[in-house]
Amino acid sequence: MITPIIDWIGNAAISFCTATGRFMLFFFTTLKNALFSQPQPSKIFEQMVRIGVHSLLIAIITGTFAGAVLAYQSYEGFHKFGGESLLGSIVALSMIRELGPVLTGLMVTGRAGSLIAAEIGTMRITEQIDALRTLGINPFQYLVTPRILGATLIMPFLTVFAMMSGIAGGYLIAVYILGLTPDAYISHIKEITDPFDIIGGLIKAATFGLILSWVGCYKGFFTSGGARGVGLATTESVVVGSILIIIANYFLAMILFGG
Amino acid sequence: MIKLINVCKKFDHRWITKGVTLTIPPEKMTVIIGKSGEGKSVLLKQMIGLIKPTSGSILIDDIDITQLKEKELNAIFEKVGYVFQFAALLDSLTVFENVALPLIENGYPEKAALPIVKERLSLVNLKADILNKYPSELSGGMLKRVGLARTLIHNPKIILYDEPVTGLDPITARVVHELMDETQKRLKITSVVVSHNVESFKYADYVALLKDGTIKYFGDAHTIWEEMNPDIYNFIRGIE
Repeated sequence: MITPIIDWIGNAAISFCTATGRFMLFFFTTLKNALFSQPQPSKIFEQMVRIGVHSLLIAIITGTFAGAVLAYQSYEGFHKFGGESLLGSIVALSMIRELGPVLTGLMVTGRAGSLIAAEIGTMRITEQIDALRTLGINPFQYLVTPRILGATLIMPFLTVFAMMSGIAGGYLIAVYILGLTPDAYISHIKEITDPFDIIGGLIKAATFGLILSWVGCYKGFFTSGGARGVGLATTESVVVGSILIIIANYFLAMILFGG
Repeated sequence: MIKLINVCKKFDHRWITKGVTLTIPPEKMTVIIGKSGEGKSVLLKQMIGLIKPTSGSILIDDIDITQLKEKELNAIFEKVGYVFQFAALLDSLTVFENVALPLIENGYPEKAALPIVKERLSLVNLKADILNKYPSELSGGMLKRVGLARTLIHNPKIILYDEPVTGLDPITARVVHELMDETQKRLKITSVVVSHNVESFKYADYVALLKDGTIKYFGDAHTIWEEMNPDIYNFIRGIE
């Protein structure tokens, strides 16, 4: 009776350790390639365009509506004790520290993380990755490193757009719907927002870029089982990437803004 | 010369090869035949180091490639070319970019790579007008030829072909066979071909039969139809 349970726990523990080990090893191999084999700037730039520039509209739309809804919901609470003038600073602080980086991270995971996993996964099942190796080309250097560096570098830029859109979205709601004066919305933003809030938000964004591309590349690189395997890898890359971003966000918030 | 000594491969709990010992004669074409799922492609991938055997040795010019590290395998990839079953061209790149890829990745300027690519394409009877086409715009036969041209970029001494005519019509299959034969003879290449197609015997020098995880037969391809070995006799006639 008890033996199958122990057996199941043992197998689950071994599988978890194997997957975690392989995941970390994949990261260290990429890191080693990035540090010692001089990735071509043109390839990194190409990935920055594919991952970042093509996600710009998504980041702006998400940021605008997140800022708008935040202003709308917060207004009621502030109105009760006459603190409407704090609305702008609350929207700005939330967008800069939390919503900007997290929402951009999640949206880019859905768009670019899945794209990376599907692309590399298809290359795996059609033997294109094996072909690269037989041609003496390191697949990590050619496929993985540019994507991870590209995503890590472009995410802070995308997040800046999401932050600004969020603050602008909040402004539109506060001024044109809730009746605040422009000065009331803007004046407290400068007082409450610290430059380190922006730096912290951008550090988060870069970390999320690293996570989403790392997961996407990893899931794609170890795809097996034909078209179904590619579909599975794509879904897993979005689910795992999103969960890791949410978890990382908690720890980064503690480290960066905890004190 | 390629020499396989007692090569065994296990995936999960299943043995694919159970002690393959085979010497591939140099500058000749050897066809490895066997039923689907016998592990022919796995064996071929082990010959170039894409898959490591569970045990045994694979010698290429007296170097045991099973003992080589990832980076050291690059020297083997210069000597040994691999033509994939469905060509495995990178579908985001044009024909030129695919064939020139190893050169460009090694720092060749595109201008310097262009005449080399054109020359390799002419070796496989392709003209320069396909240079800017993408793999999705090519026919099956053309894909295989571009795949072979890309393999020839390193001037390999050995070429491994994985099911080169699978999925091709008889006419295109003949063209690909003739091309392989011509390439092998003209460039004095050692060719190893994994195939189901009995037509391959016409162009081969030797035939090896992989069955039950071991080599059951190895002999002259020209006299294969007179061979009385029961394994090869039954296989080439499609008898269970």
